[in-house]
Amino acid sequence: MHKSPLLRWIWLSVLILMPLTRAQDLKSFEQRITTKVLPNGLTIIICQRHDAPVFAYDTLIDAGDVNDPTGQSGIAHMFEHLAFKGTSEIGAKDYTAEKAALDKVEEANNAFEAEYLKPVGRDDKKLAALHQAFLDAQAAAQKYVIPNQFTEVAEANGAHDLNAETGLDDTQYFWSMPENRLELWAWLESSRLADVVPREFYKERDVVMEERRMRVDSSPEGRLFEQFIATAYVAHNYGRSGIGWPSEVGQITATEAMAFHKKFYVGGNIVVAIVGDVDPKTAMPMLEKYFGRVPAGPKPEEMTTVEPPQFAEKSVVIREQTQPIYIEGYHRPSIHDPDDAVYDAIGDILSNGRVSRFYRSLVEQQQIAAEAVGESPYPGEKYPSLFLFGAVPLPGHKPAEMRDAIHKEIDRLKTSDVTDDELQMYKTRTRADLLRGLADNQGLANSLAGYQTRYGDWRELFLQLDRVDKVSKADIRRVANKVFVDSNRTSAEIDTESSAAPDAKNGGMQ
Amino acid sequence: MKKLHAQVPQVSSRDAGPSAVHVPPVSRRGSPTTGFRRWGGRPAVVRVSRPAPVLFALAIAVGLAFTSSSPAQQSKPWEQIPTPKLHDFHPQQPKRIQLSNGIVVFLQEDHELPFVYGSVLIPGGSRDEDPAKAGLVGLYGQAWRTSGTAQMDGDAMDDLLEAKAAHIETAGDDDSTALSWDSLKGDADQVFSLAMDLLFHPKFSAEKLQLAQQQEATTIVRRNDDEGEIAERESNKLVYGADSPYTRQPELATIGAVTVADLQAWHDRTLNGKLIVGISGDFDAAAMEAKMRAAFDSLPPVTPEAPRHDAFPGPTPGVYFIDKQDVDQSNVQIVGLGIDRRNPDVPAVAVLNEILGGGFGSRLFQKIRTQQGLAYAVGGGFGLEYDHPGALHVEVLTRSEKTVEATKLALEEIAALDSKPFTDAELKRSKDDILNSFLFRYDTKEKVLEERERLEFYGYPADYLETYQAGLEKVSLADVAAAAKKYVHPDKLAVLVVGNGPEIKQAQSLDALGLGAPLPIDIAIPMPPSPQTGQQTGPQGAAAGAEK
Repeated sequence: MHKSPLLRWIWLSVLILMPLTRAQDLKSFEQRITTKVLPNGLTIIICQRHDAPVFAYDTLIDAGDVNDPTGQSGIAHMFEHLAFKGTSEIGAKDYTAEKAALDKVEEANNAFEAEYLKPVGRDDKKLAALHQAFLDAQAAAQKYVIPNQFTEVAEANGAHDLNAETGLDDTQYFWSMPENRLELWAWLESSRLADVVPREFYKERDVVMEERRMRVDSSPEGRLFEQFIATAYVAHNYGRSGIGWPSEVGQITATEAMAFHKKFYVGGNIVVAIVGDVDPKTAMPMLEKYFGRVPAGPKPEEMTTVEPPQFAEKSVVIREQTQPIYIEGYHRPSIHDPDDAVYDAIGDILSNGRVSRFYRSLVEQQQIAAEAVGESPYPGEKYPSLFLFGAVPLPGHKPAEMRDAIHKEIDRLKTSDVTDDELQMYKTRTRADLLRGLADNQGLANSLAGYQTRYGDWRELFLQLDRVDKVSKADIRRVANKVFVDSNRTSAEIDTESSAAPDAKNGGMQ
Repeated sequence: MKKLHAQVPQVSSRDAGPSAVHVPPVSRRGSPTTGFRRWGGRPAVVRVSRPAPVLFALAIAVGLAFTSSSPAQQSKPWEQIPTPKLHDFHPQQPKRIQLSNGIVVFLQEDHELPFVYGSVLIPGGSRDEDPAKAGLVGLYGQAWRTSGTAQMDGDAMDDLLEAKAAHIETAGDDDSTALSWDSLKGDADQVFSLAMDLLFHPKFSAEKLQLAQQQEATTIVRRNDDEGEIAERESNKLVYGADSPYTRQPELATIGAVTVADLQAWHDRTLNGKLIVGISGDFDAAAMEAKMRAAFDSLPPVTPEAPRHDAFPGPTPGVYFIDKQDVDQSNVQIVGLGIDRRNPDVPAVAVLNEILGGGFGSRLFQKIRTQQGLAYAVGGGFGLEYDHPGALHVEVLTRSEKTVEATKLALEEIAALDSKPFTDAELKRSKDDILNSFLFRYDTKEKVLEERERLEFYGYPADYLETYQAGLEKVSLADVAAAAKKYVHPDKLAVLVVGNGPEIKQAQSLDALGLGAPLPIDIAIPMPPSPQTGQQTGPQGAAAGAEK
């Protein structure tokens, strides 16, 4: 707790999996990994690790908030919440009756919304009555609910670190369990993928609104990053609030969420990775039986929007009574670009640890920043994203100084080669960090599912090292000169306002 | 003492709290998370769950009062699924070696990957520092490593280690400091030698101390930016007292008072304590034992830390308020004094925690989140510390206008622990939750080692986990009810609200909680008259810190 924030961050970056490898590592994994694509398109990966009678899993849906339809920002995340609400069998007292009641909830909501959204002539009295009817319909449906039964069954059976996350690129569900619950888990997990029910949806929507308040509206950095990203992008969905704009996430309907599920939760769009004390010979047939229930379907068609090249520098300035911070981003290609590892090398050399250029320059020598970072891709990896820079000023220093100091380091990258030692260090650390991550069931499950989804083959977790090894000094200079140009830049900062009486109503909340 | 081996990758990087349904997406592919999360704020797309304040295992209670009155579920297909016998498992215990001087060494072989990890845990932490120099241990934790040794300064050490993807780090905590290291197997001898040089021959540098002071000053002037950080800090101060060794906070003046001589004196004193050395990874235990003996055998007999005699009066009941007008959500903390792990009632209290606020099925979660949709983050329970009373901590984050309503509901659930009978279903699910996931406390060799080190540090028996598990299995409804009666005192709780005053008031004044007029807490950051630590007393810091 007394550790400096900077050090904490350095450790964090160490804990993250990175690509590496020698052939024998890949070989040993090939012997322990069994992969199967089911007839419905769903991919199952089992990695044996018999150290303890436990397993961890990661279910990865290749759809995140970047896939939210227009006007429905936040829906992928909203659906993820729904996936904890049970199915027609679990969490339900009488599903037939519940379904009828849920249909009435939708009708009531539609009636309420129609009145609410009237541009002119909205009748407040009628609106209040419709709202009451909406609440009544929810109460009627609630009678058939056994709240939280899905998670209760999981937890009572030893589910550990049960959670899920929705990113812009994808949605993941995960936990660990004792190995003798593998079949129970397969039933639970396949049920919620195949048979989710829009139960308690509108209360959960309120919960998500609270989540937004916590993460964005009531957080200086949450506000800063949301504005930053919305400014950096003009066309692509990466620029949209991931958790959703209040007016949109506040009006998502259960019908819309179920449509999202229907389109994206199909076999071809799902990878399930299991790591632990599991015997694929007996487990795979059982898993096939359960996960075969997921609706078949190919990957949904890719989106056509491509962020157009940026030609004008943009900036965001937030003036408020919080401490200053400076960030900037430059558009870069997705992780499928041949130069992907070059971007990683740049991030590593600039800001990984106390040997990094940013630390030595901004923190140690100039003593203007508490820390400075350069990293990518942000905010996602599947589509062209940003290379993000940022610095936290020491007391008394201003964002403009951060900006100048960062630019100076960027110019150095453009005009002179990095040293052999720096480049070698990047490669060595990348290799070691990948290795370190292999000892953790959950981390490994997440990686296997992630690489299988992004590259079509989990082996890329290891094979990537080839690209890492090929990064040259010339590559770094070339990429820096191509990407880090003024017209490709968006910056954002908090300038501390010293006057009292802030009128800082943020994020357009009611 | 929290983390002995900071460098060991842990699943808990995505800590699932009860309040949690999401964690940070980030790019799994290796890029670090987006910047700056260490200040508590999160970039828009990064969704980080708040870790559970207490036990990780989550809990349950399907149907509180209403289960019995509702129609029975038709079929429960999941109950037809067999649960085979769990594969045999005998977690490998580390080898414990007690040297004649009292130092204890643990060796845990693990040949899966070619790494060696090590740590030295040193008794004495920030609770033991001079209040006039609050923050000393934090500065020590940084400057010890960044200064380096007479032979090799910290920068040179960085260059050498990073080229090998190896680490040596130091850190300070509230009851201990630690030196830890890790490297690939082939570099293990060299890295160990360096680590020992740092342990026995540090050369604290004024320059690196100043750097650490600047970092700490940055943290201090930013400590009122994040609502959650304010709530956590100030609610702990309500429980333990603002000047308590467990909660007093470093100020610009106190960190400015720390000198290089202070760091050296701290080091020299604590190094005489009962060190606990832990080594894990890919090595041969016999050879490693010889190496450890060579390094530590010749030290003088250890001097035990003097026993502490802290007072724990608990909070002064009432409602406390901190106005933060750039938020639209209130962070409500309900706090009281709890117990420590030596208390024989701990198993019953752990079950009580599960029932009250441990997870999706807990009373707080069911009522405030699932039924009312009033919060994303809601939960809590008794913290169980090893050598001093923990705090009872219940938190609710809800939009400004619902502050009073949600707080009342939480208070009602706490009060109801004494009046709403616990059900068999609640008991069963809570115990199942804890016991069926108990194995995740020792499912890796690293966790087994850490647990043994922890027990050694606090003087608990090595079989504590087994005893605890047996105790949990025996917990009855009567035990839980008795624990609730004994430890839950609604009239002794303090309620802290951090939130937007005008927005809250517009809906319903905090007076409506019936706990008296809200008592404002001043969190303005004191600015020292004559700064010693660089430029940190700029007008910006002063102004921004001065929120009322």
